[in-house]
Amino acid sequence: MNIVEMKGITKRFPNVLANDHIDFCVNSGEIHALLGENGAGKTTLMNILFGLYQPDEGQILLDKKRVTLRSPRDAIKLGIGMVHQHFKLVETNTVAENIVLCLQIGGVTNPMNFFRLLQNPLHDVEQRVKDLSNEYRLKVDPRAKIWQLSLGEQQRVEIIKTMFQGVNILILDEPTSVLAPKEVDDLFNTLHRMADEGHAIVFISHKLDEVLRISDRITVLRNGRVMASLITSKTDKNELARLMVGRDVLFRLEKKQTIRSEPVLEVKNLEAFSDKGGLALKNITFKVFSREILGIAGVSGNGQKELTEVLTGLRKSEKGEVNILGVNVTNSSPIKILNQGVAHIPEERIKVGTVPNMSVSENLFLRRYNQHPFSNGFCLKKDIIRQHSEKLIREYNIATPSTQTPIKLLSGGNIQKLIIARETSWNPKLIIASHPTYGLDVGATEQIRRLLLKQRETGVAILLISEDLTEILSLSDRIIVMFNGEFVGETIAETANIEKIGLMMAGVRDA
Amino acid sequence: MKILVERRENPSKITTLLSSVLSIGLALFVVAIIFLFYRVSPFEAFRRIMLSAFGSWYGFSETVVKAIPLMICASGLTLAFRARLWNIGAEGQLLIGAISASWVALTFPDSPSFLLLPLMFGFSFLFGSIWGLIPGLLRAKFGTQIAITSLMLNYIATKILEYLVYGPWKGPSEWGFPQTSKFSISAQLPRFASTRIHYPTLFFGVIFSLFLHIIVSRSVFGFEVRATGENPQAARYAGISFFKIALATMLISGGIAGVAGFGEVAGIQLRLRMGISPGYGYTAIIVAWLSRLNSILVIPVSLLFGGLLVGGDAIQLMGLPFAAFDLFNGLILLFVVGGDFLLQYSMKVEY
Repeated sequence: MNIVEMKGITKRFPNVLANDHIDFCVNSGEIHALLGENGAGKTTLMNILFGLYQPDEGQILLDKKRVTLRSPRDAIKLGIGMVHQHFKLVETNTVAENIVLCLQIGGVTNPMNFFRLLQNPLHDVEQRVKDLSNEYRLKVDPRAKIWQLSLGEQQRVEIIKTMFQGVNILILDEPTSVLAPKEVDDLFNTLHRMADEGHAIVFISHKLDEVLRISDRITVLRNGRVMASLITSKTDKNELARLMVGRDVLFRLEKKQTIRSEPVLEVKNLEAFSDKGGLALKNITFKVFSREILGIAGVSGNGQKELTEVLTGLRKSEKGEVNILGVNVTNSSPIKILNQGVAHIPEERIKVGTVPNMSVSENLFLRRYNQHPFSNGFCLKKDIIRQHSEKLIREYNIATPSTQTPIKLLSGGNIQKLIIARETSWNPKLIIASHPTYGLDVGATEQIRRLLLKQRETGVAILLISEDLTEILSLSDRIIVMFNGEFVGETIAETANIEKIGLMMAGVRDA
Repeated sequence: MKILVERRENPSKITTLLSSVLSIGLALFVVAIIFLFYRVSPFEAFRRIMLSAFGSWYGFSETVVKAIPLMICASGLTLAFRARLWNIGAEGQLLIGAISASWVALTFPDSPSFLLLPLMFGFSFLFGSIWGLIPGLLRAKFGTQIAITSLMLNYIATKILEYLVYGPWKGPSEWGFPQTSKFSISAQLPRFASTRIHYPTLFFGVIFSLFLHIIVSRSVFGFEVRATGENPQAARYAGISFFKIALATMLISGGIAGVAGFGEVAGIQLRLRMGISPGYGYTAIIVAWLSRLNSILVIPVSLLFGGLLVGGDAIQLMGLPFAAFDLFNGLILLFVVGGDFLLQYSMKVEY
């Protein structure tokens, strides 16, 4: 009863093998969870099923017939629908209007549908939205404007949209990441009901608890490969955590013993809001010492971004105190914190870490443009800047045609090497590194990890934030696990239990 | 049929230049069609425009006269535009500069030139910069769009001017015309020979464009401006204060536009009156864009547009409306912006 079968799907992106010969199938009436860390290839695989990407290899069978999906329109025609992590709704229009909009794309093929819409689209749609709301307990007012709705309600609109399109295979990408607990319950009820009626549902997630709660079957992905396909009732959290995070360490890095000395960063009772207005950091307290790497493990979106932003002056905190080398820098400006000796390797390396249209050379002094010897306070010293750039390009092995090449033309690995060269070449006291090797190839990853270890030996304090447990385990001296804006556990890296950390990352406090 | 649009990585200098030339050419082509509707030969019209603007010493001197305010305003605008702050308010900043220079001229008519003219210069810069600072401050504090606020301030400046020349500042012996009395000799800028070229202002125009080029490409401040314009998030991460950049660039570009107003009242009109600017501040936007925000290129481009303004007067004699000039301006901007799209993206048609 497989209604969808994906066979040997392979998808390559520059420098990344996102999907490596993946086999995946869904039955009708089944909720199938696709579990894996960020970057494991879950979303890529489902984007292929939804027609957003074309696979490099492999085939897709629908009801045992081979199909080619060139666009989401093809997918919708064949009854495949997807609710993305970021909703695709017109904010200023009403719920019913948004649904009419999607019908005119999906519905043109059906002349009856189209002509009926021409007559009186909104009235019919509003009535059907009400019917569906009652039937599936998807409570939503068809006349409400999208911007007035909560994220949970917007998600319901997306689901109703797929029902209008006649979808019977529904893909949900991290659907609970934006929901409150009560809304999660409602969503799960709806999904169960849809499955009972014969819909096939693919549920993408990295949260163990909810996957165990909602799904009938689980496929675990890691690094673009299928690790296992399991019946939910016959597995448990520990097995899933191990499969998802993996035991094998990619590289053996030589980590010299160091003796940590004085505290460099001291954070006390820190609280801050996220962009959406919720409390993203809850009473965070920790210290990072010189000659030490403190790893913060956790799935992204659990407050790590807000934490680095507060520490580097890019976000205001509501409560608490941040001290660097004994100086209180709570809510200081980014420049003041920078001058206190804080290097920052940002999570969004292109959007935040570089100015894409500026040259390699300019990006190499981006955060030090106003300091000796690069300027005399008024003019930039071009010669010194050029020499400095050439030196860093050599030392850090950055592959670039010239110092004047716009940085946007460099590969991801070289951009990251450039950022790390810029941030570590001036003897900082503290390095805040966010996902420093995310998405990079093996060579660049190893080089960057070695650089961080070298900085640690020279006496720098390093705060390492990463989702990659291998990275956290092989670099850190101490590990703190962050979940939902809180620190849920602390452990020494040498004696760390990977399953336990995996469970804590999934929000299980007393694992 | 499908049209595929793909991002182009790095347009070369020659493609960029070609796109500018092409956009002028296309604008000329469309204007030519409109000329035909007026039953005027476009070749004859273009010939007259060129002849009147560049064909005689007198014509050329008038071209320079019109190029001066364009050059000054546009070089200031390149700075604001580099920071991606869309200052549409050069016209208002120019008028405010003219008003404040006039106030000085009318209040201290008997002071010697060497005191009066610098004071007028200073006042025009000061108040022009305040007029520019208002939208900058609103942007930095409340996130309002500078394009809108600076545009609205243009109308306010026009109304202030109107009030003054119809009301309290109206010259007693001006036969009821809406204008002030003529400035005293010491408040008038010297002119070159028998032309109307007020060369001190021309000098400032050239200095501004050279100086701003050095500032943008060589100085710390210029780096901050460019980084803010190219990627505000990275600029913040680099420790650059957006507040400071928004205020400083708007202050400088507003002040410079104010100086253009000083030049117009003290060099050309010799009094404050309605209509001292035929939209110099707006045309300067096109000059700045066509110069690709390079303030040195502003010098030749503003001469070109000065010529078009002079030529616009000439074609009126052929029975064409002066609005043809505005039309031409608008078309150039349209094609330059459209050309920018083609610079950044390549298009393919697939059957």
